[in-house]
Amino acid sequence: MRKERLAKLLFGIGALALALGISTLVLLAAKAPPLAAYANIALGALGSWDVAANVLVSWVPLVLATSGLLVTFTAGLWNIGIEGQITLGAIFATWALRALQGAALPPALAIGLAFAAGMAGGALWALLTGALRTFGGVNEIFGGLGLNFVSTALNIWLIFGPWKRPGVASMSGTVPFDKSLWLPTLAPGSRLAPASLALALAGIALVFVLLRGSYFGLRLKAVGRNPRAALLLGIPAERYLLAAFLGCGLLAGLAGAVQVTAVYHRLIPSISSGYGYLGLMVAMLASNQAPLAALVALFFAALNVGSIRLPIVLKLDSSLAGVLQGSLVLFFLLGQGARQRLLERKRGGRP
Amino acid sequence: MTGDVLIVNLAGLLASAAPLIFAVIGETISERAGVINLSMNGMILLSAMGSFSVALATGSLAAGFLAGAAIGALVALVVAAAGISLRQSQVAVGFVLALLCRDLSYFLGNPVMGQVGPRLPPAPIPLLAGLPVAGPLLFRQDLMTYLSLLLVAGAWLFLFKTRPGLVLRGIGEKPEAAYARGARVKALRYLYTVLGGAIAGLAGPIYSLSVKAGWKGSISGLDGLGWIVLSITIFGGWKPFRAAFGCYLFALLQWLGLVLQPLLPGLPSQVLQVAPFPLMILTLLLVNLGKAEWVERSLATLPGPARRRLSRVLRALNATPPAALGTPFEED
Amino acid sequence: MDVRVELRDIEKSFGPVKANAGISLDIPSGSIQGILGENGAGKSTLMKVLSGFIRPDSGRILLDGKAASIGSPADAIRAGVGMLHQDPLDFPPLRLVDDFVLGRPGGIGPERRSAAAELARLAGRFGFALDPEGYVDALTVGERQQLEILRLLWIGARVLILDEPTTGISLPQKEKLFATLRELASEGMTVLFVSHKLEDVEALCDRAAVLRQGCLAGEAEPPFSSEALVSLMFGKAVELAPKRRLEPGRSVLAAKGVCLESPRLRIQDLSLCVRSGEVIGLAGMEGSGQALFLGACAGLARPVAGSFCLEAEGLDMTGRSHLDYKRAGVAYLPAARLEQALVPGLTLGEHFTLAEGGRGLFVDRKAAAKLAEERIAAYNIKGRPESRIEELSGGNQQRALLALLTSPLSLILVEHPTRGLDIESTIYIWGKLKERCAAGSSIVFISSDLDEILQYSDRVLVFFAGRASPPLDAASLDVERLGGLIGGKGWDEIEGKAGRA
Repeated sequence: MRKERLAKLLFGIGALALALGISTLVLLAAKAPPLAAYANIALGALGSWDVAANVLVSWVPLVLATSGLLVTFTAGLWNIGIEGQITLGAIFATWALRALQGAALPPALAIGLAFAAGMAGGALWALLTGALRTFGGVNEIFGGLGLNFVSTALNIWLIFGPWKRPGVASMSGTVPFDKSLWLPTLAPGSRLAPASLALALAGIALVFVLLRGSYFGLRLKAVGRNPRAALLLGIPAERYLLAAFLGCGLLAGLAGAVQVTAVYHRLIPSISSGYGYLGLMVAMLASNQAPLAALVALFFAALNVGSIRLPIVLKLDSSLAGVLQGSLVLFFLLGQGARQRLLERKRGGRP
Repeated sequence: MTGDVLIVNLAGLLASAAPLIFAVIGETISERAGVINLSMNGMILLSAMGSFSVALATGSLAAGFLAGAAIGALVALVVAAAGISLRQSQVAVGFVLALLCRDLSYFLGNPVMGQVGPRLPPAPIPLLAGLPVAGPLLFRQDLMTYLSLLLVAGAWLFLFKTRPGLVLRGIGEKPEAAYARGARVKALRYLYTVLGGAIAGLAGPIYSLSVKAGWKGSISGLDGLGWIVLSITIFGGWKPFRAAFGCYLFALLQWLGLVLQPLLPGLPSQVLQVAPFPLMILTLLLVNLGKAEWVERSLATLPGPARRRLSRVLRALNATPPAALGTPFEED
Repeated sequence: MDVRVELRDIEKSFGPVKANAGISLDIPSGSIQGILGENGAGKSTLMKVLSGFIRPDSGRILLDGKAASIGSPADAIRAGVGMLHQDPLDFPPLRLVDDFVLGRPGGIGPERRSAAAELARLAGRFGFALDPEGYVDALTVGERQQLEILRLLWIGARVLILDEPTTGISLPQKEKLFATLRELASEGMTVLFVSHKLEDVEALCDRAAVLRQGCLAGEAEPPFSSEALVSLMFGKAVELAPKRRLEPGRSVLAAKGVCLESPRLRIQDLSLCVRSGEVIGLAGMEGSGQALFLGACAGLARPVAGSFCLEAEGLDMTGRSHLDYKRAGVAYLPAARLEQALVPGLTLGEHFTLAEGGRGLFVDRKAAAKLAEERIAAYNIKGRPESRIEELSGGNQQRALLALLTSPLSLILVEHPTRGLDIESTIYIWGKLKERCAAGSSIVFISSDLDEILQYSDRVLVFFAGRASPPLDAASLDVERLGGLIGGKGWDEIEGKAGRA
């Protein structure tokens, strides 16, 4: 058992080394100095309290999305539609705040309602994907993608149409909310809100406990691994699949709401910022383990924030972070396959 | 709209569907062999960027197209190795590659962004190009558009009218039976995945050297097309002609988006550009409806003749995937 | 075409299990060699070695005295060895002629026309009715076997291996198969006939080898002695429990005028009343409608007409879902255990927790562990609560499946309760099922093993191409008559009787 864990760790480190190797090659191909690039990413992520706080700002939506995806992965679902679920969360939260802006509500209540609205939006979008899958036979990958496209269109229509800035509609988004409706941050000028940090921690902890020890988690696992057997064991498989979508949608919608209330204070065109897709990679790399997922998300968030320095300092595209993340997950999967094959050979084949 | 304008538009439709056809036929070949290559979206971006860079550097269109095919083959090789030899989820690996290739193309394409490169010229066919209607519609296209039409027919012939095509369908349908009959299942799956990847890889250069010439990074308008390719493959029921129909349908929807724009001034142009994507995916609903349990249950309540007629319609729309799609096979 | 087959010291292990522990066997050309043995005795492994599917750890294969190197099915085909698998390895969505051609070397074109002519010629020679332009998935198992045999002949097989070919085919088809094999042997074909059915081997084979636990337990020649073969197979003679008579109880399930439809099949106007404590066997060739009907009894398929009532007439269940049936005390055990009934990746203990379906949000781990230990002991399962379900053997998986049943149950529906199990597990499983009957549950089961149907049922329903017989008293049936009904013979008589009754 311990040997197996050690092997896993070694393969993980190997994957990281190979990913660094690939991105070094990519940097060399782009005639860029690799060491300087990595140094700048590190500096960009950890160089000051400010940027380190930004890493946490980016970690919050990523970890919320990932914890939702842990639920759908457990149910055997590829919830690629999570991008749209985040977007809908942001749209609903924006709508709530716009509606409540004039009302004489205490700001805490208004923000709370915005969070609730965001969760409802994400859940609605996720349930749509779930309905397409359970009642329409459309695989959730494609249903989710379709709804991602719809959510993008909806978002842009709102920004350029009904919610456009007075005067000119622009890619910079809607009019910022009244300052009283911004989620309070740690320090003036910082974007790190303790409340959103607490929400993220609560989200991942909840998912961890639910998947580990509850009947719901066990049944969801059964549905994910063998829906037919689950039905014969008395589990309403379809309902559990929908529940998984619902759970993921709630968390994804919350992520979108956080982006609106705490980070941008308005709706912008690419509000989901790719956190949904990134969350899928985090969940894969963490092998669906909640605590590990939180750590991996932190690392990925640091890469994302750190790479923002690349275009400024080295005139490189910041997508290097994506190259690093993608190749890391790819080599992790390849290594996992290689490790399983070795193990199998040692055990002497299957009957 | 006068007749001439209509013909020009239709001719443009044929051309703009060409890259989709290459990608969809490539994916169809791969999936028929049992391997799902989900990397399509990133792969097309990478091959578009890569082939544009190569063509720009060498000044040779041929080199650009070759580079596109090579990139497609290489990405498919990774999918094949992970799925066939290492038995990892083809969906997982393909998805990661889709994201990785996209970021790679944006990163490496930074220097060539916005530059003006070579462009595939139209190649009117002598004599035929002068025909009324058919001339401007069919015979004043560029080389890749002609090839896209040949590819559909060729793929159909290969799959359904040749011995190797029969074996190809066999390894995707029931690999253990094909193996029992002496087929080298793993080697053939590698071959067809890589071949399918190479064909699909040509979609990139057709965009960056012809249909949407140039490389504009994240605003190239290519992001998302790869996902559509995957859904058209399903819509096409893994049959070349039905798949080609799907490609033209999507191209038509995109064209309609442009035509309708001036008629709907209230709608931001971005919305109409995006609209064909969800519409195309919703067609999958039609294709899958016959398999849904509630449909079966409610069909059972209908009177006999109506029930049989309806279920026949649904079955005709139905697309059954190769039975072994996405599953690994062990020769031993 | 004569080929003498010699196997020399074939050894093959899967992990700790020795499937073949040094087996040597000589088979003269032109003979029909029976290979007998229980499931798990190593028959299939040995045949897969000979046909190139499995590479042995050590040992040699000689064909006509010359060492043959058979590393893949392709090598085996080249050496003239063809294998007919228990579940025919063909391509259901293809037309017969395409299936026939697939795998035969040749040019780019499939030469369909000449292949179709060849198929028709070979089919005519053996009296098989096969339409080259029809689809494989419209054939019965027996016809698919015929197609496969013709295909193997066409590609030049001189050694023919048949793995359990009499499972799931009708009596007339079996007679035709045996005649074909005798004719082929008389022309010099070497036939290896793998079975666990004594009567088939006795009726057909020129010689028999018996495998037990990976070793050659012994060989025999005609006239065969059943007792001797049985003791070679099991090491001891097996006693079956005596049958008991049943007092009819109250009605548990009443099916009235049920019509069912699948794309392939239509069942018309089926009525059945299951009484408490009763065992009803559903016999028929695979795909004759019995599985469709059994599924409908559990709410897994919806009837297009007719009704299902539980508890006499009290509870109309027509059109309800499986979960409703389950709540009303109906359990369904499918044949494909690992594919349909168990969840790979979950432990034995987790299965018990799921099946018991506790209250509250969180699983009480202590109670769950206690439950698992109790059930494992009660059902004599070789496994621990934390063993993953896929690590158990087939027999233990089937025991686990029974242990998962909740109490009380009014009706247990079982597909092939003992398929793939050895004789001891079979007896154990039926012992447990009978205990359930004694406690008041009724059982409806499907089996393709006629002896099992006759041994354990009180009444029998025979299915033939979607037609179902009225319930027949098992005591009034024997293997001959039941086999005939399954193959479509003798229906006038029973239907006439039912009409008068």
